[in-house]
Formats: sequence, C-alpha cells, structure tokens
Amino acid sequence: MDLGPIDYLLWLIGFSAEVAVVVCSIKRRNFLRYLPLNLYVGFTALVSVGEFYCLHKFGFASAEYNYFYYYSDSLLTILLFFVIMQFYQHVFSEMHVSKYINALAIFLLFGTAAFSYMVIAQHKDHLTTRFAVDLSRNLYFVGVILTYVLWGAVLKLRETRTHLIQLVLALGVFFSASAATYALRNLFPGLELSVLKWMPPVVAIWLPAAWAFTFMKVSEGERLETTQLLARAR
Amino acid sequence: MIIAALIFVISLALLLQFFVSYCRSVIAASRKSELSERVREVAGIHDQTVRGEEFTRLIQLLHLCPGRGDDTGELRAVGVYYALLDAMNKAFRPMSLAVARWAEAERESCSYFAAVALDRRISYSRELLAQQISGSL
Repeated sequence: MDLGPIDYLLWLIGFSAEVAVVVCSIKRRNFLRYLPLNLYVGFTALVSVGEFYCLHKFGFASAEYNYFYYYSDSLLTILLFFVIMQFYQHVFSEMHVSKYINALAIFLLFGTAAFSYMVIAQHKDHLTTRFAVDLSRNLYFVGVILTYVLWGAVLKLRETRTHLIQLVLALGVFFSASAATYALRNLFPGLELSVLKWMPPVVAIWLPAAWAFTFMKVSEGERLETTQLLARAR
Repeated sequence: MIIAALIFVISLALLLQFFVSYCRSVIAASRKSELSERVREVAGIHDQTVRGEEFTRLIQLLHLCPGRGDDTGELRAVGVYYALLDAMNKAFRPMSLAVARWAEAERESCSYFAAVALDRRISYSRELLAQQISGSL
C-alpha cells in the first residue's frame, strides 16, 4: 500500500508539533523543569523519522514496519509513565513525598517490565502484531488509570497552575483515546484498515499539539480554579 | 473480548471527561479578557454575554481574518466541544432542562472564546496594516 497525501500531511503535522514542543520549552526555559516530557517528545520525533524510513523502505503492510511501529510505541508508552510520575511530583511538590513517588515509579517500571516479560515468555512461539496490539492497549489503559488518579489529586488538592492542569488533561485525552482505539481494534478487527487506520496518527498529533499550545500560550504564573473545570448541570 | 469491551467503555467515559475539562480550561482563560468595542461592532454583539448560536458565525468571521496561525489547534478543540454541546442540547432539551441549560451556558462560553479570538485577530490585522502603511511611507 502506497502512502497518500493525507499520510504525509499527518506525519508532517505530528513531527512539526513534536519539534515545536521541544523548541517552545527551551525558549520558555522549561526544558529542565519538564525533562522527562521533553525527552519523551524528543524520542517520539526520532521514532517518527524511523517510522517514516521503514514505511518508505518496506511499506505499510511489511512486518518490519509493523514490528517497528508497535514495539517503539510500547517503549514510548513506558517512557510516558516517567512523564506522569513527574507530574505527580509537581502536584505533590509541597507535601515532600518525592522519594515515595520515585519508589513508585521504579516499582511501576519493573512491574510493567516483568508483566511484559511474562506475557512475551508465554507467547514466544507466536509473537504476532496481535500480541503487540494487546500489550499497547494494556499499557495505555494503565496510563489512563494513572492519569485519572493524578487528575483526582489535582482536584482534591485544588491545584491552580493552568500550565500543569493543561499538560495533565492533554495527557489524559491522549491515553484514553489511544486505549479506546486499541480496544476498538480488538473488538472490530475488520475496521483496522478503514476508519481505525486514521485514529492512531490523529491521536498521536493531539499530544504534542496540545503540549506545544500550553508551552506557547500559557505562562507559568497563570492560575485557574479547578472548580471551573468540572462539568456540573445547575 | 470482554476485557477489550471493558477497556473501551471505561476509556471512552474518561476520554469525554478529560476532553471536556481540557476545553473548559482553554475557555476559562478567555473569560478574563474583556471584548473590545471594535469586535462588538464587527460581530454585532450588544450584550455582555455572547449567545451560543453566534459561535458558527464568529468562526466564519475568524476565517476571514488573517492571524498568526497559533490559535488553530485550540479553535479546533473548542469547535469539537461546541459540536458535542450542540448535540447534547438537542438531545436533552425534551428530557432534562438542567442539562440543556448547562449545555447552553457552555455554548455561550464557546462563543465568548471565539469572540476573544476574533478580537485578537482584528488587533493583529490592524498591526499588520499599520506596519505596511509605515513601511510604504
């Protein structure tokens, strides 16, 4: 299957947004403050280039592209867990619990690695893309739950930093949309080459675009009442 | 199959919650800005609030006005949120007045957000024009 203009456009938008996040955060002197986030986005940009190369050299339906896509996706998701952990540290910064959060991050990383190893060991005879889809779906779902707990903490602690709130919410949208897409692929495999083909690239654009917007438009000192964000019918 | 269905339902519910909160956080920032007389005149806004149904017209005006292009993403996200609210307003009006009223208030916030974006673009256009005039003199 050849690449169409929409594929090129989506790739270009995604890559530009990823570069924009890193550039904006350097310009606003936020690079070290959000180091895991910037490393994640930087690696995502590198993976985007790798994907583009595989797509060109081997084609969309090739095993090389599929393995590169799914396994780099799983690794990036694990990297994204560190971003969540840093957001936890920012939210709980005044409570001086960073050593517990670090311990939790290490536990989570080893837990995820052990779980993945056990699943791989069970499936080593037939390591298929179906397995990779299941692994990505589970990793994204763990991300959804972690982000939801973080969002609960933001509301409970009445966090007012607009910057942090928007970064967390954008991440929540990304994780839940990704998990829903992967689950939908499991439920309706027939849709994989039609509607669901466009979902991962569109969702992948969302996160760097929303983060770039936050770094560009929202100043570090801006404040927001979290009660304004809860949707309640009066 | 059951696990996939469960993950889908939970993720979809949380996606909605995250997306609504995200849009509200973007819109909340615009609430602090006062609309200028210029944009009120251009868009025909006479009250303090901007009616919900004005949103589409304001977006059309925005497309006519050149901008820096840095607000496209947020306008798109709020546009999706507005479409969601519009559908909700139509669906819930006969059933629950409270939900319909809430959706209408949110639609007004979306319109106000669009009016603030239009205000920014008008200021930008005027700056450009002033620069061009001073350059040609």
